[in-house]
Amino acid sequence: MSEVKAPAARRQKQAIGEGPLTRAALLGVALVFLGLMLIAPLLVVFVEAFSRGFGVYIDALAMPDTMSALQLTLLVAAIAVPANLVFGVAAAWAIAKFDFKGKSFLLTLIDLPFAVSPVVSGLVFVLLFGANSALGPVLDDMGIKILFAVPGIVIATIFITFPFIARELIPLMQQQGSSEEEAAVSLGAGGWRTFFLVTLPNVKWGLLYGVLLCNARAMGEFGAVSVVSGHIRGMTNTLPLHIEILYNDNKAAAAFAVASLLAMLALITLAVKTLLEARFAGSLAAQRRH
Amino acid sequence: MRGRLIALAASLALGACGGGNTNEVTLLNVSYDPTRELYEDFNQAFAAGYKTPDGKTVKINMSHGGSGKQSRAVIDGLEADVVTMGLQNDIDVIAKETGKIPADWRGKLPANSSPYTSTIVLMVRKGNPKAIKDWDDLVKPGVSVITPNPKTSGGARWNYLAAWAYAAKKFNGDEAQIKAFVGQIYKNTAKLDSGARGSTTTFTQQGTGDVLITWENEAFYSLAELEPGAYELIYPSLSIKAEPPVAVVVGNAEKHGTLQVAEDYLKHLYSPEGQRIVAKHYYRPSDPSAADPKDLERFKQIEMVTIDDPLFGGWPQAQPKHFDAGGLFDQIYQPAR
Amino acid sequence: MSASAPDGARASRWRRRSVLPGFGLSLGYTIAYLSLVVLIPLAGLGIRSATLGWNEFWAIAFDPRVTSALELSFGAAMVAAIINTIFGVLVAWVLVRYKFPGRRWLDAAVDLPFALPTAVAGIALATLYAPNGPFGIALESLFGVKVGFTSFGVTMALIFVGLPFVVRTVQPVLEEIDRETEEVSATLGAGRWRTVTRVILPGMLPAILTGFALSFARGVGEYGSVIFIASNLPYVSEIAPLLIVIKLEEHNYAGATAIATIMLVISFAMLFVINLLQAWSRKWFGHE
Repeated sequence: MSEVKAPAARRQKQAIGEGPLTRAALLGVALVFLGLMLIAPLLVVFVEAFSRGFGVYIDALAMPDTMSALQLTLLVAAIAVPANLVFGVAAAWAIAKFDFKGKSFLLTLIDLPFAVSPVVSGLVFVLLFGANSALGPVLDDMGIKILFAVPGIVIATIFITFPFIARELIPLMQQQGSSEEEAAVSLGAGGWRTFFLVTLPNVKWGLLYGVLLCNARAMGEFGAVSVVSGHIRGMTNTLPLHIEILYNDNKAAAAFAVASLLAMLALITLAVKTLLEARFAGSLAAQRRH
Repeated sequence: MRGRLIALAASLALGACGGGNTNEVTLLNVSYDPTRELYEDFNQAFAAGYKTPDGKTVKINMSHGGSGKQSRAVIDGLEADVVTMGLQNDIDVIAKETGKIPADWRGKLPANSSPYTSTIVLMVRKGNPKAIKDWDDLVKPGVSVITPNPKTSGGARWNYLAAWAYAAKKFNGDEAQIKAFVGQIYKNTAKLDSGARGSTTTFTQQGTGDVLITWENEAFYSLAELEPGAYELIYPSLSIKAEPPVAVVVGNAEKHGTLQVAEDYLKHLYSPEGQRIVAKHYYRPSDPSAADPKDLERFKQIEMVTIDDPLFGGWPQAQPKHFDAGGLFDQIYQPAR
Repeated sequence: MSASAPDGARASRWRRRSVLPGFGLSLGYTIAYLSLVVLIPLAGLGIRSATLGWNEFWAIAFDPRVTSALELSFGAAMVAAIINTIFGVLVAWVLVRYKFPGRRWLDAAVDLPFALPTAVAGIALATLYAPNGPFGIALESLFGVKVGFTSFGVTMALIFVGLPFVVRTVQPVLEEIDRETEEVSATLGAGRWRTVTRVILPGMLPAILTGFALSFARGVGEYGSVIFIASNLPYVSEIAPLLIVIKLEEHNYAGATAIATIMLVISFAMLFVINLLQAWSRKWFGHE
């Protein structure tokens, strides 16, 4: 791509930039828009969380139901993220490093969970595993519980977060091409060796960001999980479901306290990403070009 | 990887049914929305004084949500040992769809299996700024009403039927006029939440609406738990006797080996201790003699119709007529825009 | 890996020859996992709605309440996507072209809706825009507009969830735009506005359309944040996903399945168009 040298860029900017007034106006509009749409909701979470004081905040987090919801949420993410990680790497390798017919169609299929309404995703698993389905009674006889138990929540979460890592890796690996790997292979390196020593170091930051986003979404999913959870307190409530319960229990401050936990997670995700970008600007810039 | 995943999922599944502790029996009570505080209290009382014949203690797990939603979950396989729903129809559906509850479940426990009853009341903001006294005030232009969606909430169905009963009396049974009256209330509705508790939250936390139609117990709960004096309870001149029923899901309880515990659990609701807790949480006890008289004083005696009144003909008739797809409730919103 | 080594050699007609190993394994795993997690469950939905029969399916699909919910979902998603496209391009422009303190953090904040759970966003937005919330009061007293618990509220929530899609698709393209063409345009005497609208924007069109489509697709299916801020009234502010939940809760599986199928088919078509757009844009900019 066009490599713009710094001094040249500065000169060009003067020739082709906007006037200072326009710049200020555009910047102002962007800042106000982002402030109202993104920052304000975030602030509200923290303001409301501490509105009843620090004690209520700590109490809300220390509640046994909050703790068990936290454990469940962590467990679900700990299964869903690695499962999708392995898939994402395999899919990116197949799609980015090889040319085959139907690639565009395959990409669309991988993206599908992005566009499916979370509620529909939940419904799909109710239809698949519910007592009225073909599978339901069979599983029941075998003593395996999926719906309204932890496995159902895990499966719904895997579905929802399915494309995240693959979608982060594919454009990045496409961008990098396969010349380095081809060189490694022609020098006699095996497939796994090539992957771990050549490909992985090239995509590690993109991969990490994909994992972080996937994790944030896995911990935050509401719609799909709500349909398959059964809402048993202390057993099948994840953090987002627990937030809804607290909110409906007239414990708004507690609900926001738990919400702030998830918001914090979102902030950490974004902060890590930003720091990575700052430190490894070069290798991440490539990832941006998709 | 996948093999390991399946193994992990399977072990999780087994862990989830096994219940872990062998000295403890677990019972799952799937209930509707506003009973959260009641059962929190009652479960503790029951667990404290109960041992199974072989000396095990009991732990009760709770699941709350809109009554219809909860009954759907039980049909789809949520393994409730007992269900404590907002209305009879939601248990009838489980009985019909799964066969896990005997069809004659209403006769298994006293008082049509309703250990507590309630009624439908109106809640307004401090000082009653819109001067709401009765159902008539809810159809006035500019009055904003909050009530949940009868499709998903049991309480909402009682709300609707209470308004219907009032209108039936007012218009002498003229169905066109009744429909217009009830319809106007729903056209004045600012938000249809999926459950009774959601509506309370909308009314209190988010300051929306002039009047909340709700369970009497939910109204008392809000008066006591939220800012004192911020809301007022208004008894309409006519309301409905809401009978939330309970039942053992025999199919599930047999499978879990908890049939006896489940039956004892529900029977305990009728015991003096159970009735006292019920009244404390603002439900009208089926046997008032055991309750604290001070708790009973709070309930105002008003004129109430029941669901078995010829006007409705019982739930098996009322449900399809009013609430099923294409029923009277659906017609209310049809021409709206 | 060893199993796939000969595979590379006998490159068939449907894929180009490559010296890299692992095609069979990676594609096989991809397709197997995709089938297991996504395709088979979704096929279950299709089969279930196929058992409905054509007439019943149409009856549900063209029920006025269903069409009005679909209209709202698609309409509000459309309005939100348009607003997001306008402001998203503007934000991307500011982030790429201007240097200002805190730019990097603002850049990070754009991803917030990706990372923030929708239920948290929902209660936060409901608190802000409720009639007794700070924005709700301000908007009503200043403009007489009610946002909370109206179809406005739905749009507001959809703007929130869809914004990053536009910014994140437009941003990288904007970074790569060849400054020389702009310079040429300027030297040839075109004004700044003309340069932007005639030279820069057309080049960004595929990316803008992709961002629009992604934001739109996301908005159509959104549930968690909307139910808290919408009034959920039939024919007024009842979105299609909520109607699915309601049908489900009244034990009407046929209805829920039919609406879900309609949404699924439309989403799939949207996505396919998006991917074609992206392929087009890759060709346009000579990537690959």
